[in-house]
Amino acid sequence: MNFPILSAIIFIPLIGAIFILVSRGNSKNIEKNYKYTAIFSSIVNLLLSLFLWYSFDSTTSDFQFVEERNWINGFINFKLGIDGISILFILLTTFITPICIFSGISSIKFKIKEFLISILIMETLMLGVFCSLDLIIFYLFFEGGLIPMFLIIGIWGGPKRVYSAFKFFLFTLLGSVLMLIAIISIYWITGTTDVTKLLAFGIPQEYQYLLWLAFFSSFAVKMPMWPVHTWLPDAHVEAPTAGSVILAAILLKMAGYGFIRFSLGLFPVASDYFTYLIFFLSIIAIIYTSLVALMQDDMKKLIAYSSVAHMGFVTIGIFSITKQGLEGSIVQMISHGLISAALFLCVGVVYDRFQSRMISSYGGLVNVMPKYAFVFMIFALAALGLPGTSGFVGEFLILVGVFKVSIIVAVLASLGIILAAAYMLWLYRRVIFGRILNSELKNMKDLNKTELYIFGSLIILIIFFGFYPEPLLNTVDISINNLIENYQMNLNFYLAQSDT
Amino acid sequence: MQTIVYIFPELFLSFSIMTFLMIGVFLKKSFKLVNSLTIISLIFTTALVLNQQDETIKIFNNSYIIDDFSILMKTITLLFCIFILFSSREYVKINNIDKIEYPIIILTSVLGMILMISSYDLIVFYLGLELQSLSLYILASFKKEDEKSTEAGLKYFVLSALATGLLLYGSSLIYGFTGSTNFETISKNLNSNNVGAVFGIVFIIIGLAFKVSAVPFHMWTPDVYEGSPTSITSFFALVPKIAAIAVFIRFMYVPFLNVIDQWQMIIVFISIASMILGATAAIGQKNIKRLMAYSSIGHMGYALAGLAPGTNAGIQSTIIYLIIYLVMNLGAFGCIFMMKRENTFCENINDLSGMSKNHPILSLSFLIILFSLAGIPPLAGFFAKFYIFMSVIESGMYILAILGLLTTVISAFYYLRIIKIIYFDKPKKPFELNYDWGLKISLILSSVLVLIYFIYPSFLLDLISKIQII
Repeated sequence: MNFPILSAIIFIPLIGAIFILVSRGNSKNIEKNYKYTAIFSSIVNLLLSLFLWYSFDSTTSDFQFVEERNWINGFINFKLGIDGISILFILLTTFITPICIFSGISSIKFKIKEFLISILIMETLMLGVFCSLDLIIFYLFFEGGLIPMFLIIGIWGGPKRVYSAFKFFLFTLLGSVLMLIAIISIYWITGTTDVTKLLAFGIPQEYQYLLWLAFFSSFAVKMPMWPVHTWLPDAHVEAPTAGSVILAAILLKMAGYGFIRFSLGLFPVASDYFTYLIFFLSIIAIIYTSLVALMQDDMKKLIAYSSVAHMGFVTIGIFSITKQGLEGSIVQMISHGLISAALFLCVGVVYDRFQSRMISSYGGLVNVMPKYAFVFMIFALAALGLPGTSGFVGEFLILVGVFKVSIIVAVLASLGIILAAAYMLWLYRRVIFGRILNSELKNMKDLNKTELYIFGSLIILIIFFGFYPEPLLNTVDISINNLIENYQMNLNFYLAQSDT
Repeated sequence: MQTIVYIFPELFLSFSIMTFLMIGVFLKKSFKLVNSLTIISLIFTTALVLNQQDETIKIFNNSYIIDDFSILMKTITLLFCIFILFSSREYVKINNIDKIEYPIIILTSVLGMILMISSYDLIVFYLGLELQSLSLYILASFKKEDEKSTEAGLKYFVLSALATGLLLYGSSLIYGFTGSTNFETISKNLNSNNVGAVFGIVFIIIGLAFKVSAVPFHMWTPDVYEGSPTSITSFFALVPKIAAIAVFIRFMYVPFLNVIDQWQMIIVFISIASMILGATAAIGQKNIKRLMAYSSIGHMGYALAGLAPGTNAGIQSTIIYLIIYLVMNLGAFGCIFMMKRENTFCENINDLSGMSKNHPILSLSFLIILFSLAGIPPLAGFFAKFYIFMSVIESGMYILAILGLLTTVISAFYYLRIIKIIYFDKPKKPFELNYDWGLKISLILSSVLVLIYFIYPSFLLDLISKIQII
């Protein structure tokens, strides 16, 4: 394999963005051109990543398609590579981005050129996060995403966009600088930031606790975990639809990916030590934010809080460190990526037509928008984890995994599922059913063709993975096995060491 | 007489100063000519400096040194001076400061800086320092009918004279307790028991900290930056910093290296204080030049942090930080020079409101530079901080690293505020865009360099890998 396929996947959107940037002028033709450029580059990327999945060898846990280039002389190499865990996130990213572009093209009214550039650069950075095999490169992509996201929220967002953009930026930056210190410390402790070498050799036990906390501070903000989740509702509510979709579907998954790859992989002793801290925070996140979600008047805010609750499941699954838990949390992340994207798009549909996100301004939409009502129902049911949707597979596996570790945690976490059913169904009832009280709603148009295609593709995936999650599980299986094996081995090794 | 060869650049510069002065005196309205000649002579001097040999040479009884370090520092001093002169031509013309003294005094100050950079003896150092400081006082108050400019000049003069006095007192203490003004001899005779000499070091650090505008000797910076004409402000923000940092490095690591345990904590304190003040005090500023002043205080804090570890890697990281800082600030001041409405230059940050609508390219480059100043990857400003913290963490100074990185978060806030004003706020009247090509080139060059630095970050490392001070 000589063709640098990972670099190609990472940099195709960037090239598309540069293309759009240099195309000057305001005439209709040029505007069309850069819309097509954006769509084209993201679709090519999707196809390329499908090809990547096709040629991916799921019988080995080694990193594949590894590329290594000299970058900063002598101490940092630009190293890329993927295993079964990262490829799913790459697919998620390349699948969600075209959807965002379509949604942006139809709903963004001004500065569309800058918007497309931001989305494409965002895609490059997100893919870079999932592909990088060097901590510094990872950090570069991880942090770089702040710039386009800040602009997306700030320029195209709602009325309180400035506050939300600042909150998002500063929260995330604060968490991340601690991770930067940890990364530099790792370099001086071990002499490398190459992830494969670090995974092989491990980090001395006495350093692990502080380093784990530093990484945790970054991922916990990004995830987001209670109590640092407060930026998320603001950012989600104010961001334009496409921005919310990227945030919910992919940005949050970076943290989950980081937990699996770095926290578990590099710091097994510390991960073991802090497991119950994670469980504690996650349980609070699940129950508390579900209750908060029940009380929301704003649809986007409700979905944002439900994201926090769902990500609570993911962290529980990850730190149960069982095969079922880890696989479940990966499935949950992928399915939450699809479902939350779909829900935000659903809100976007009515917001574009009626300019309101308040639940109270709707009601009885089923009378005028039957297709929309149907689509929304599927996504609402998927979000509450109805069997037959991908949401169920993830939550079920996670609960099975956690049950092995701690019954109390599993019981408390399953409360979250009940609450999820409560707030999703109540939301659905208030928006869709009933009589039309607001007479202006009578003129609402049902879904158009583009929207139907977008929702259709999401529905197919959600239901397909709900009935047949094998493709996902097959891909991650070996990598997860290997991860757990390594984890146990390292843990036993360190424990034996500390006994003597 | 053979040694004369080694100071050709300095001789050439002094010669051009005198010639240009004559031209200026005898030809009426010769500003344009003198300005162009100044730029040409600076370019020529750069060539002469670069032409010097690679080996280390000490001349005039070991009181003047020419080595890789001084050649590099001189080159960037001259280069950035050229860029500043280029990019401020329009400003100088509009603000009626196009007098012949303007380029000539800049030249004398550059001569002073070059002497400072190469000095290897307290006396030569003081000579260079005074030459540059006296020129800078005049430059600060160059717009003499303007109250603020006069105030800036006077304030700078009084405070700087005090700092120079302290520095001179420190030098005399060092001379008294070590018996020499030569850096090498001082280094040999210095040890921690020599309390008088350690006192001298403290005074010298005060003087130098004043020159780089580090806390707690920063008081002059905001007023002088705000009051001086913007072309001079941009000069202040860039060029004297190079010489000051160079001298800082030379002092700390040649004569005073033996007593590093005595001055290390002072540097750490100065650095932390500058970072914190630079980050917090800039938040409330409305004037963009004042904001840049606080931002430069903060940045000098980071640059000095690289001097604390006492390693070659630390020195190199400081030099890298300095170079990237210069490029970013050149771009930032380029943007400030572009803010012109009805033949007056705007200085209020709110004047930038909604700029992205009318000037997308200018806004984009300002955006890149501001994010880079905030230290967000993958822009050059991140790498500058990254190298600094690499060397700081290497020597286990975690508190410095953690505080430094936390202040980057605070300082990100006010850079974001400018971005918010440019991109999120309602547009105002468009600026009259400046079509001066010198300004455009320096702005485009700096923003592109900042943007694409991540593609080949080894570039600066290779450039300075030869420099071994210790």
